[in-house]
Amino acid sequence: MFYNFLKYLLFVIFIKPFIYLVFGINVSGVDNLPKVSKGASIIVANHNSHFDTLILMSLFSGSQILKIHPVAAADYFCNTKLKTFIFTKLLGIIPLSRTVHKASKEEIFKDINEPLRAGETIIIYPEGTRGENSELSKFKTGVAHIAKMNPDIPVIPCYINGPDRILPKGSLMWVPFIADVYVGEPVLYDNTSTKEFTERIQTAVQKLKEEHKRREEL
Amino acid sequence: MEHFVFTPNVKIAIVILYAFIFVIMAAIKAAQIITKKDLDNIWIRMKSFLLICLFFTAAFCFNKIVAFLFLMLISYLCLKEFLSLIPTRKTDRKVLLWAYLSIPASYYIIYIQWATMFYLFIPLYMFILISVRMVMSSNTEGFLKNLAVIQYGLMSTVYALGYLGMLAIVPMQYNPKGGCLGLLFYILILTVANDFIQMFCGKALGKHKIIPKVSPNKTWEGFIGGVAGTTVLSVVMAYFLTPFTIPQAIFGGAVLAVFGFFGDVTMSAIKRDLGVKDTSTLIPGHGGILDRLDSLLFTAPLFFHYFAYLNTIVFVKG
Repeated sequence: MFYNFLKYLLFVIFIKPFIYLVFGINVSGVDNLPKVSKGASIIVANHNSHFDTLILMSLFSGSQILKIHPVAAADYFCNTKLKTFIFTKLLGIIPLSRTVHKASKEEIFKDINEPLRAGETIIIYPEGTRGENSELSKFKTGVAHIAKMNPDIPVIPCYINGPDRILPKGSLMWVPFIADVYVGEPVLYDNTSTKEFTERIQTAVQKLKEEHKRREEL
Repeated sequence: MEHFVFTPNVKIAIVILYAFIFVIMAAIKAAQIITKKDLDNIWIRMKSFLLICLFFTAAFCFNKIVAFLFLMLISYLCLKEFLSLIPTRKTDRKVLLWAYLSIPASYYIIYIQWATMFYLFIPLYMFILISVRMVMSSNTEGFLKNLAVIQYGLMSTVYALGYLGMLAIVPMQYNPKGGCLGLLFYILILTVANDFIQMFCGKALGKHKIIPKVSPNKTWEGFIGGVAGTTVLSVVMAYFLTPFTIPQAIFGGAVLAVFGFFGDVTMSAIKRDLGVKDTSTLIPGHGGILDRLDSLLFTAPLFFHYFAYLNTIVFVKG
């Protein structure tokens, strides 16, 4: 409860004003953004920078933020006690182990399924890591597995352009740029194989990327 | 803490401005109810305009530091919008950071009233510094193009807009009727009014396109109507807010109207070149901040130098 309050304050007073004032966001497809208070959804996006998450979170209002949990690599964000505290308590991330281990799917995705089934929204990057030069690498099948276990929850494809200019992988220097976020229409799990479904969401994100390219080359 | 002096004339001008905005907004609401036409677009535009006016008034009500921070923020938002629109090279990230740092430097120079340094800072010192920093990145592919684009961005968003700050430090003795706020009010309202009158005349009477390849909505009728209307408004406002004689106000108003138009179409040409409609979505109903300030980029420096020429202003630090 107390940490939720801190998360709310941090977001409303600091993160959101900072993101909008220092960087700025142009959103297209705002109507496709899920109504977080009305039920769970899985937001998937391309990943090029640490700012991706803060920018996606800033699209939502303060009252919705407590219901949003970015899924993040446990080995990167939770390798020290301080980092674990900041990222899990104050930003509400769900740490996910990137190492392969033998367990049932239900067990691997337990930490993700729980909040989803409680009606909360997750943000996940199916590329599995930050890419470079705004290239879209091949999506991993994790999202499809989650969608298969929760077939009623819509997957919202997003394409983010800009954060790779603000803070690319491997750099520590921030340079202000306005980010563009494209939100696509929700996709539901359709009883095909997880491989096909993964391809389907990759195509959806790719489509949004092409929409951005078209806009740039007009 | 140094505060701005609101002379009685400036106070009355501000009251008239807000009264005018509220009358127009009431008229839009009334028209919407009577004719049942969809006027939401123009309503949102007016609401945004009112908000901008409130921000400006609030910033200048506090003290000089708040006002300068506000002007810096405007320059920052403009430069960010400009640099986000254009494609930039990855190797130029450090150069861009230097470009951003020129904003606080530039406004600090204005704040301490070192006018000569301000005149030279962007066109000379940053011209050299940006080139030096870019050469150090040792990437010659697209070198000239990227260098030129960053210089243009600095000239328009930091140097040209910096003249609002220069107007804000004009000593009271050069304009007893309105002080520096009278000058700022005069140039800001005249520029906005010029945009508005040109658009209005163009919509009402427009037939002959003036520059169809750049901006298909601009017509000779709108342009001439704008110049005529702005000149009349200039004479009225100059009488209350500036030391201009009537011929000086007529010439000043006409020049501002013409170059306000050119500032506008220059930004249109840039947007057309880049293939975008608006520079961003910052201001609801208007587009980006550069869409709104495009005419001011030309009128603010011209007005300052016109005023400085007529009054031979001497600043504390020269």
